[in-house]
Amino acid sequence: MTKNERRRLATGLLFISPWLVGFFALCVYPLVSSVYFSLCDYSVLSPPVFIGVRNYQNLWIDNVFWTSLYNTVFFAVFAIPLGLVVSLSLAVLLNFSIPGKGIFRTIFFLPSLVPMVCLAVLWQWMLNGELGLVNNAANPVLHVLNDMLGTAWSAPNWLQDARYAKWGIIFTGLWGVGNAVVIYLAGLQDVPRYLYESADIDGAGFWQKTIHITIPVISPVIYFNSIMGLIGTFQVFAVPFVMTNGGDGPERSLLFMATYLYENAFAYWNMGYACAIGVILFLVILALTWLATKLSEKHVYYAGK
Amino acid sequence: MKTAETHPVLRALIFVALALAAVAFLAPFAWMVSTSLKPLNETMSLPPKWIPSSVQWNNYPEAIAEMRYFWRYAGNSLFLCVMTVIGTVTSSALTAYGFSRIEWRGRDKWFLVLLATMMIPFPVIMVPVYGLFKDLGWIGTFKPLWVPSFFASAFNVFLLRQFFLTLPKDISEAARIDGCSEIQIFLRIILPLCRPALLVVALLQFLFTWNDFLGPLIFLTNQRDFTLALGLQSFQSQQGGTSWHLLMAASTLVILPVIVLFFFTQRSFTDGIATTGTKS
Repeated sequence: MTKNERRRLATGLLFISPWLVGFFALCVYPLVSSVYFSLCDYSVLSPPVFIGVRNYQNLWIDNVFWTSLYNTVFFAVFAIPLGLVVSLSLAVLLNFSIPGKGIFRTIFFLPSLVPMVCLAVLWQWMLNGELGLVNNAANPVLHVLNDMLGTAWSAPNWLQDARYAKWGIIFTGLWGVGNAVVIYLAGLQDVPRYLYESADIDGAGFWQKTIHITIPVISPVIYFNSIMGLIGTFQVFAVPFVMTNGGDGPERSLLFMATYLYENAFAYWNMGYACAIGVILFLVILALTWLATKLSEKHVYYAGK
Repeated sequence: MKTAETHPVLRALIFVALALAAVAFLAPFAWMVSTSLKPLNETMSLPPKWIPSSVQWNNYPEAIAEMRYFWRYAGNSLFLCVMTVIGTVTSSALTAYGFSRIEWRGRDKWFLVLLATMMIPFPVIMVPVYGLFKDLGWIGTFKPLWVPSFFASAFNVFLLRQFFLTLPKDISEAARIDGCSEIQIFLRIILPLCRPALLVVALLQFLFTWNDFLGPLIFLTNQRDFTLALGLQSFQSQQGGTSWHLLMAASTLVILPVIVLFFFTQRSFTDGIATTGTKS
């Protein structure tokens, strides 16, 4: 290294030093200790005692843990694709030249500003089985359908019914897709016009243009949003926690991995066990991100590559 | 699609679809405000009425009184917002400068490390971080909630770096030839040119701190130190879901500052959010 190079290295490191300190103190150290604590009996009040893989063995036979894993995966499997479809559809519609476009965009974006706790309190009320807006809007529709089809459908008592509670949380989440709508819309506006113009000359219709031009060109944005959605949904905590008053919901239907981790850490002071859940949560997220990246290498199109 | 004239009928259909979606997105807000102005018995009448028979403005002062420390909560939230905004803007700008305007060996490898840290969920590191702050004697104080913001957030660094990279290299070179040090270039040339980006980071951090729930939940122990988000949750769990008119009034009060802030800064807000997803 020349003198000049060394000086630049020192200056560069000096500028990034706030992050470097935080990286080691609040990222590397906690991550390494989390793995170590997951191999310990640890209550924060007394020093950790190494017990090998016993926490993991206990997790393996802990039905409550499997429930939380199942609930988390269920939530992610439905919430991420539904969110993708809803936000992308809204963005595609907004991308037509429509009067009041800016106002629509603002309206779709607003709910994503609502703090999680407010979101949970509001939707607990929205989804109230008898008095809530959702069922009071759904009942007349179901009534008409039942008359027409001779069925006997009724609106569920969302958060009090183990079969529907997770759907309640999924719908609550859909209200906040505005963030993704704004990101997709920006992506759509970056699609080069000449692609559509030449497709028009070839006589391509709306769907052909969407499938062969729009989706491939914005696939990096879809990839980015999906990864963010993955990381977000796997740590879902605040909304179900508030909606259940800090509980697990009917038949533990609203117990998620982050909830179970929190309960073990701060209700039972079972910190080692909590860390083992955290390690598994992290591994699941890593594996799925890796999988998504592998898939994206085949399907994501990067202009200029 | 902007090319080829869209058929007027199709345009009308799209407009109707968007209008219906807009109604669905606005309905919960309207429902919240409507409930917050009803007398208790009307929150339980069926079918629900949108307009209360007599508008109960009094629900708002009553909700504030029932929450006991409402104004303290608001003050605590505001204090944390100010501290974390200062912290993240200064530290993230410095870090982003180091990752974009200076060339040094290993820089791009370190940047990948920084990006990778965005994948670590807070619950995964929460226990050791709690232990660390406990050893420092910080549990039950505000410090765990604002001190970390002075160590830059990966997301904000990423966002600012994108902006810093758009500025031509020549302006730094010219300043270096004139004998400016890096810190002078940073303070006098780059920062003033990046005010919009700094505003976006400040806004996103404000939102994050205002909305944060898990952090205050584990680090704050004294009810008087709660933030508004945590105070609202504690109010809700005391209520056990009965006084919906008061809960909706309280929720409205917690959401309102965010909405007001948004309307004053709308452009930089949505532009900033769009940037996070598309310029990567």
